[in-house]
Amino acid sequence: MTDTTKLSRRSVLKGATATAAFAAGSTLGAPMIWAQNIKDITLRQFGTGVSNLNEVAQKVKEDLGFTLEMTALDTDSVTQRAATQPNSFDIADIEYFICKKVWAAGNLQAMDTTKLENYDKIVGIFKTGKLNDDSVIAQGTAPHTVGFTTGQHGTEFVQEESGWMTLIPTIYNADTLGIRPDLIGRPIKNWSELLNPEFKGKASILDISSIGIMDMAMVVESMGEYTYPDKGNMTRDEIDMTLALFTEAKKNGQFRAFWKSFDESVNLMASGEVVIQSMWSPAITAVKSRGIDCVYQPLEEGYRSWGGGLGISNALSGIELDAAYEYINWYLSGWVGGFLMRQGYYSAVPETSKAFMSDNEWGYWFEGKPATDVITSPQGDPLAQAGDLRDGGSFEERMGSVACWNSVMDENQYMVRKWNEFIAA
Amino acid sequence: MNPSAARLSSRRRAAPFPESVAMQSRPNLAGWLMVSPLALVLAVFLVAPIVLIAVVSFWTATEFSIVPAFSWENYDFLFGSSVTYRVFLNTFKYAAIVWALTFLIGFTVAYYLAFHIRTQTWQIALFLLCTIPFWTSNIIRMISWIPFLGRNGIANSALLSWGVIDAPLEWLLFSDFAVILAFVHLYTLFMVVPIFNTMMRIDKPLIEAARDAGASGPQILWNVILPLTKPGIMIGTIFVVTLVMGDFITVRFMSGSQSANVGRLISNDIALLQYPSASATAIVLLATVLLTIGILLRFVDIRKEL
Repeated sequence: MTDTTKLSRRSVLKGATATAAFAAGSTLGAPMIWAQNIKDITLRQFGTGVSNLNEVAQKVKEDLGFTLEMTALDTDSVTQRAATQPNSFDIADIEYFICKKVWAAGNLQAMDTTKLENYDKIVGIFKTGKLNDDSVIAQGTAPHTVGFTTGQHGTEFVQEESGWMTLIPTIYNADTLGIRPDLIGRPIKNWSELLNPEFKGKASILDISSIGIMDMAMVVESMGEYTYPDKGNMTRDEIDMTLALFTEAKKNGQFRAFWKSFDESVNLMASGEVVIQSMWSPAITAVKSRGIDCVYQPLEEGYRSWGGGLGISNALSGIELDAAYEYINWYLSGWVGGFLMRQGYYSAVPETSKAFMSDNEWGYWFEGKPATDVITSPQGDPLAQAGDLRDGGSFEERMGSVACWNSVMDENQYMVRKWNEFIAA
Repeated sequence: MNPSAARLSSRRRAAPFPESVAMQSRPNLAGWLMVSPLALVLAVFLVAPIVLIAVVSFWTATEFSIVPAFSWENYDFLFGSSVTYRVFLNTFKYAAIVWALTFLIGFTVAYYLAFHIRTQTWQIALFLLCTIPFWTSNIIRMISWIPFLGRNGIANSALLSWGVIDAPLEWLLFSDFAVILAFVHLYTLFMVVPIFNTMMRIDKPLIEAARDAGASGPQILWNVILPLTKPGIMIGTIFVVTLVMGDFITVRFMSGSQSANVGRLISNDIALLQYPSASATAIVLLATVLLTIGILLRFVDIRKEL
């Protein structure tokens, strides 16, 4: 914490004692004791652009009364900050594979699941790794493998529900390739199409090593070049082979550009520079809301999935820690979930989000049913007309065919260097 | 632009030459005290960070931390990878091409301003006109090329509608062409300013004398103006070469992340938390740039000429 916030915390605590004395005799609930003082609290959250939305900060101010400061960064910068600048944040909105990288740095503290009101309703993917009892756990850094630890300051991950969560799951999705059907003009069914010479100079892949390598692995398997024992944990030889294949494609002019930030991917697609590329769901939404035809194409080999969650800084304690719990409980209580699901993500507690979505929206986004009316983005731009179906179908269909999760490999450092060479080649 | 203002005013101040010589010949306590604030600032903000970078370049890194050590690993990896050599070569390629183009354009513009515009008012007015693009951020000036050069951009649609081409030109954007175009656009002024400045100081009678002695226009340009403009050219060269060699953002945006120079190598390393490796690359780049400037300075003694 910075000095200024420390000072304000002291004054807050002083106020809290007074209010507590007043409230002790009344029938107010426990969190309400400090409800008067929580207004002075500021929680600083950082994360990738996907969930660091100003709308969320505004709603927090309305519903909970305290201030949430948001900083949106790209994936690499998020990792960097979580690992190296523990004093610069209170809440870390990070992905599970980043958690695997940075947890050992000791900048985050685990959360007590008994304090989470909706813990029981969190989907199985984040607790047991299985969507349903008969699901197969996908390759890579599946969220449940880095989701629990031994205690509040535990350093090791444990594989069972220990009652101490490293990250509180918030959003997740199944990613695939985005295409411009109007410029391609034929069905796309496989990941291998990314390297199809037909799209020479019109393909793109994202320049974020830990995600990009997984997309590459999906392509390599789809081309029939190689089947990885575990895509999420490649050997050096496998890394060399994968990147060599893509370096060759790069030199042959397969790629128009590589993208690093969300906006770049939107611009590449919307301008028609690229017709097939790795993409994130809201980027598709953004392209569509400009009135341009863009499909998040389900592919036979399945999806590359990712999950994000909120972590609490190790420096938080007392009333600020309480505020953080309050915020997280609010996060899971549905409004944010509904907001994010209207952009094509999934909420970790879909049940609660349902109340914040219309039947039409719930049917379209979650159940994969035809829209009964116009579907709009949270900002009000129309995304789909009555009768349209979501690309890939229902939650079960999409999250049920996840082939791998974004990961950190044992050979990560080697991979990173090789990736750097690929970009420079 | 600031450098131009500084240069112009330094010219005026440097005019009473004997005085500054006298200052130099009396190094005493007051003199030492007068330089110490600057020396201190440079030591803290320039020397210390560079020393730190040099130290870190020998450390090792794990996923989430950097470990103090003395290891040649980073340099080993750097010099052991063929990509490094290719990237350095690419960096020099950009520097050389951009230098040649900015020099040609910069020299022509400065020559026109200095010798073809007769009144000083107009010279200053036109010179200020050259600096107008610098009123916006260089990132914006660079990015505005992207929609212009794109596959469906203004350049391609114009060429298509004139019937010059049948299909959009792919190499306009996300190519070396785009990178060099952006560099030239961004940095030509750094060539114009110093060259214009030295040209303004050329004694006009020298040119008249050359003409009286029977020299033709090209001969005057080659034998009189060019040699006298050397210090300005050299200063412009140092600006352009160091800017191009240290750049990473222009290369990233204009090549669509497809080409690399050393700056990008460093920025990728930093993004991936490989600080020691980034430091090692930075040290090698620094040495390369200093070496390049050292060689350039062998051609012209800037201090003597100023």
